[in-house]
Amino acid sequence: MNPEELNKIATAERTMQSQYRHTINVCVAAGCLSSRADQVQQALENEVKQRGLDSHCDVKGVGCLGLCAAGPLVTVDKVTINGQESGRRESSVPELMYQSVTAADAAEIVAALDQAPVQRLVCPTNVPFFTRQKKIVLENSGVIDPERIEEYIAADGYAALLDVLTTKKPMEVVAEITRSGLRGRGGAGFPTGLKWGTVAKAAGATKYVICNADEGDPGAFMDRAVLESDPHRVLEGMAIAAYAVGASQGYIYVRAEYPLAVKRLKLAIRQAERLGLLGTNIFHTPFSFSIEIRLGAGAFVCGEETALIASVEGKRGQPRPRPPYPAEGGLWGAPTLINNVETLANVPAIIRNGADWFAGIGTEKSRGTKVFALAGRVQNTGLIEVPMGITLREIIYQVGGGIPEGRRFKAVQTGGPSGGCIPEQFLDIPVDYESLAQVGSIMGSGGMIVMDETSDMVDVAKFFMEFCMTESCGKCVPCRVGTAQMYDVLEKITRGQATAADVEYLKDLCDVVRNTSLCGLGMTAPNPVLSTLRYFKNEYDARLRPDDHNGNGAAQPVEVAR
Amino acid sequence: MTMLMAKPVAPSKDKRWKIVEATARRHGNARHALIETLHSVQEAFGFLDEDALRYVANLLQLPMSKVYGVATFYHFFTLRPPGKHTCVVCMGTACYIKGAGELISSVERKYGIKPGQTTADGNLSLLTARCVGSCGLAPAVVFDGEVAGKVTSSDLINRLGKWDEK
Repeated sequence: MNPEELNKIATAERTMQSQYRHTINVCVAAGCLSSRADQVQQALENEVKQRGLDSHCDVKGVGCLGLCAAGPLVTVDKVTINGQESGRRESSVPELMYQSVTAADAAEIVAALDQAPVQRLVCPTNVPFFTRQKKIVLENSGVIDPERIEEYIAADGYAALLDVLTTKKPMEVVAEITRSGLRGRGGAGFPTGLKWGTVAKAAGATKYVICNADEGDPGAFMDRAVLESDPHRVLEGMAIAAYAVGASQGYIYVRAEYPLAVKRLKLAIRQAERLGLLGTNIFHTPFSFSIEIRLGAGAFVCGEETALIASVEGKRGQPRPRPPYPAEGGLWGAPTLINNVETLANVPAIIRNGADWFAGIGTEKSRGTKVFALAGRVQNTGLIEVPMGITLREIIYQVGGGIPEGRRFKAVQTGGPSGGCIPEQFLDIPVDYESLAQVGSIMGSGGMIVMDETSDMVDVAKFFMEFCMTESCGKCVPCRVGTAQMYDVLEKITRGQATAADVEYLKDLCDVVRNTSLCGLGMTAPNPVLSTLRYFKNEYDARLRPDDHNGNGAAQPVEVAR
Repeated sequence: MTMLMAKPVAPSKDKRWKIVEATARRHGNARHALIETLHSVQEAFGFLDEDALRYVANLLQLPMSKVYGVATFYHFFTLRPPGKHTCVVCMGTACYIKGAGELISSVERKYGIKPGQTTADGNLSLLTARCVGSCGLAPAVVFDGEVAGKVTSSDLINRLGKWDEK
């Protein structure tokens, strides 16, 4: 592969696309697939063929269109004939979208191609859910066919890799990422450039790059959507990272529970290898890089980097004390760069558009955008990408469309089992790493669960504690025993048998587990309890033993034990 | 002096062991291929029994304790054969908030099995998942590998009824 060949593929693909007057895109990401989007795609293809329109109407499967609640989703693009445009649409907002489409609607949709759209299926796209988003990581999601590398290349794919390999020194790439202000999207928000720099400087002939796609947070599916919608983007990000730090082997550690993502990744790797975009002497430079997939096997703790490394080595996924940090002694003792899917997916765009462009989005300390999986008691559940600094209120009430069934908002949970519940009084804080930490939660990997008045906060705390208790790997005592003890106290509270002294004991346990656990799982496990105790203490008090009230409200009926 | 190891013999003549051997070979029968090899056994046979674990231990020259340790550490691996049909209720946060607990109770009431158990006739296994990533369609249930969204208790019982042995 040389630059001319890459250009040729892009031009050929764009020319082919510009021959079509219409493109019908069917969302075939996991959400819409489970509402039978594959049948919709088949029906549309048949209909187009029957009407003899295949020469000027293309039907294709695309990645996640975002509004999972209204799936299966279909968009229709009008492509200008013989247009000279780059193949990339100006705005990320689709012009015409149909919602809840079934195979039976295919005829009507195809018949309406050159006429007014089918009104009963139209999903308005001039609403905040679409207009308030800013897409970087998801720029190709819902636009390109994730199973065709040509479409990714036509959307300027692998141009960033070509650019760094032919015009930049590795340290210049690190400097560019550092200047962009990109921070780790896995949750902790460690500056990405700093991490790259450490691995680049570490001594060692063999280095590794690992993509952390072990999305274990219950209630989060951002990484899955990126892998299913635009897998080449992650491969390109990894290759750029490998060049910057001096690695020649990469691993993607992905959950076995995501079969579609695994399938598309495998296909993408094969396609990239065939074109010489992965492998030896990429673009005729000395740089060689290959990627292998490692399947996770369902252990939340493997999201922790040292546990993940143990798992890639084929062992039980248990963390170990740091230092040495993976940047110095990681996989098989070699310097290892571990980045989350979303972090790596930002990289090609940063290289293509420049660090300044990226740094211009978001807030002072949190640059760029963040992808959230918006779910729970909110109208528009689905996948969103918003600029950092947007307020929680804007996300929930504008993008999310508010709380359904006229109910009242109660709390929003971010960061999964490591995060906290944020009450109404903080809805106007900006979404950035520091602000969320200030109110007792974390940015996390991007799960955002909205709760209304029907949610019981003590139950929510118990739910997360049960999760942490089960997922504790058992290596260190504070986490193994502490999470079980905390769960028991929460269980006692929900049964209405606890006293105020039990709640004090719970607080002490939180303190011990947080400060003495070996890894992030234990250190953050108390967060859901602490944040609900902080903002919803009354709900705990209301469930104390009837004879042990602090005078806070009347006794509640005791819930029957399980 | 080189030790000559006898080539490990597969537990049965079943052709599926060839797939398992191919997986191990692709990784040079290296010890770090353990998880990949176990995945391949589970994909081929549906679960990992003692014979399988012993065979994998021999293939990769690992002590049985290591193999057993890994197989029991990860939730994805199961040491018991699943029922003829499996019903996986997602217990991710979004599904939980939208009533996944009630779905589980309804199966418990109708079939008398708890999550992780199989009915006495071996027809139905009830399982829970940490998150199947279909949070936008909560609550989600996976019926024999097919995800269904926005499931209600009556949907669930109806769907399972179709699997009941006549």
